[in-house]
Amino acid sequence: MSAKRIHTSMQIAPYVFILPFIASFLIFYLYPIISTFIMGFQQVYPGQVEFIGLQNYQKLNNPEFKVALFNSFRYTVYTIALLIPIPLFLSVLLNSGNRNMNTVYRSILYIPSLVSIVVAGTIMRLLFASSTKSIVNTLVVFFGGEARQWLLAGPSQAMILLLVLALWRWVGVNIIYFLSGLQSIPEELYEAADIDGASSFQKLKRITIPLLKPTTIFVTTISIFGGFAMFEESFILWAGKPSPNNVGLTMVGHLYNKGFQEGEMGMASAIGIILLIIVFSLSLTFLKMFGFFENEGRR
Amino acid sequence: MKRILLLMVLAISMVSMVFGAGSAESAKPEATKATEVSLWTFQDIHLPFYEKMAEKWNEQNPNRQIKLVGEVLPYEDMHTKLLVSLQAGTGAPDIVDIEIAKYPNFLKGDIQLAPLNDLIDPVRDNFITARLDIYSKDGKNYGLPFHVGAEVIYYNMDILNAAGVDPYKIKTWDDYMAAGKIVKAKTGKPMTTLEVTEHWSFWPLIAQQGSDLLDKDGNVILDNDINVKTLQFLKDMMNSGVAIAAPGGFHHAEEYYGFMNDGGAASIWMPMWYMNRFTDYMPDLDGKILILPMPRFTENGARSAGMGGTGTSVTLQARDLQLSKDFLMFAKGSEEGNILLWEDLGFDPPRWDVWDDPAMNAPNKFTKFFINDDIFGMLLEIKDEIMGVNIKEKLPAVIDRLKSSVMIQSLQQQNKTPYQALKEASDLSR
Repeated sequence: MSAKRIHTSMQIAPYVFILPFIASFLIFYLYPIISTFIMGFQQVYPGQVEFIGLQNYQKLNNPEFKVALFNSFRYTVYTIALLIPIPLFLSVLLNSGNRNMNTVYRSILYIPSLVSIVVAGTIMRLLFASSTKSIVNTLVVFFGGEARQWLLAGPSQAMILLLVLALWRWVGVNIIYFLSGLQSIPEELYEAADIDGASSFQKLKRITIPLLKPTTIFVTTISIFGGFAMFEESFILWAGKPSPNNVGLTMVGHLYNKGFQEGEMGMASAIGIILLIIVFSLSLTFLKMFGFFENEGRR
Repeated sequence: MKRILLLMVLAISMVSMVFGAGSAESAKPEATKATEVSLWTFQDIHLPFYEKMAEKWNEQNPNRQIKLVGEVLPYEDMHTKLLVSLQAGTGAPDIVDIEIAKYPNFLKGDIQLAPLNDLIDPVRDNFITARLDIYSKDGKNYGLPFHVGAEVIYYNMDILNAAGVDPYKIKTWDDYMAAGKIVKAKTGKPMTTLEVTEHWSFWPLIAQQGSDLLDKDGNVILDNDINVKTLQFLKDMMNSGVAIAAPGGFHHAEEYYGFMNDGGAASIWMPMWYMNRFTDYMPDLDGKILILPMPRFTENGARSAGMGGTGTSVTLQARDLQLSKDFLMFAKGSEEGNILLWEDLGFDPPRWDVWDDPAMNAPNKFTKFFINDDIFGMLLEIKDEIMGVNIKEKLPAVIDRLKSSVMIQSLQQQNKTPYQALKEASDLSR
């Protein structure tokens, strides 16, 4: 076969087209995953790498890791509980009524997700600063309350702050997902329902929500990933210092502390592997629960 | 249409490439033969000091000119970046400031910092050697200190005068507590603020009593009796209204500077190096602050402790290792450098042979700002009472726990007793 024929061969072309993806997958995903897996069994110091078996995993049986696990889990559950119904409801509203106004609202709701999380977190931190002159404290005092040290208070307040930040930032994105889902629902179904005299609530319950199921599954899955991967929000909110009482310590935060602040890369890798296993099994269970794979098979 | 657009884009990128190259070329002759030396620090106050020393170096060493390229990064970020780049073997600066609480992290494995013994040895006797030992392992010195870091107490005389309290009469911590109650009753203001997300309110007090976070072999002794008692003392201070939690949680928070600048509390204990935070961040306190030794715990107890610090090291990745080492030694190890440490930064320099230099008594921005006439005289008075601390491998872990849990649990939220909080943190770090 001449060189020219190889170039134009239909058998080679597809591989050339997917080469960029395969290359970046191998270099930036597969290789790091494999080396993380290996490092999980090692003690990694500059110039001294030692195989230490399961010691890294054994050391993870400590209260801090459990706090991190619990916080990440809690955060994920709450964000899913908030970031599915609220955007769903808002997108249904945005899908009806005046089209021009909707575009305006949609943009307003989407803008926060364009803001870097570092900027948003810093602004949040300053808003909720513990000085009596911070904006939130000024408002609280104005309405007759008492100035508080928001970021230093207990775990529930910290979680609320993190959720406010997540809500503010991600509602717009989820609205976009739901809107595209809504627009793929055929208009005829609603017309038929109108003819049968269905109320708008019935239409929502019987048509909109069931037909949005694929979108909901997708949004929930990425929320599971997003929730467990949360790190920047709490890192920025407490200005890079350990959060008081570890209220903002997440799995990734713990990984960061171990790896980059204490220099224990091996232990950080072990945390990463556990995180991977948790997220993987959670999302697979979830997808199975909602019959994602069955559907696929039947087709 | 599309083709025109493409042409325009091409033209613009070509023009910009030409300009880019042009500016790089024209910059070259100006830079002479100076060797570039990069430096990272986490404290923007340090950078002008290095820049001044670089100027002096260039005057004295016409054949070995340097071009100092300093970069100030946030505290955690800088240490993280450094750790990663040392681990990776590329990307580290030539010279770097490493904070004491992070230093042990860099002494793990094959140490990626250059030993400075060859330069220190000839003048070793002129240093307070305890400050060199902090940044050492197995007899090799890897970092040069900035200061002795003597702990002192800063009184706001406006508030004390309003309450009729004489700070010179405060000899012991019991006196301090009593005075604090008077201040609270007369002015409604707290005597002091306590850090609840950092360790600077706690560590000096235990060090004053000869205790510490780690013993000299590096074992965790965070939960010993003295420490528990001391934390209880801080808690009592909080509960009696003598102290409040520092706004923002620690004494380097923006909120705290604003609070203190407005005359929020009557005093604060921090090391000597905190002086420049007053001059730079709390300008309204000009002429109101008196610096005194710490109260004692017992009649003959020590009145200070050597707190904090930053070791400056040369990384093995330095482009010109010898030049970087020589410059660092000149900046922080020479007599001139040590005098400038005092004049510019208000640090109590680690070389004691400059302590009686006339320059140490000369007026500068600190003598102007603080009420004391002779700040250094005060320091000489307590120099034998400056208690040392042990900096060992477990320190970063212990300090992280002090920051994240012990202080907040025992002082602010008070959901754990001092003993419980200290015990839990100790067990976690052992």
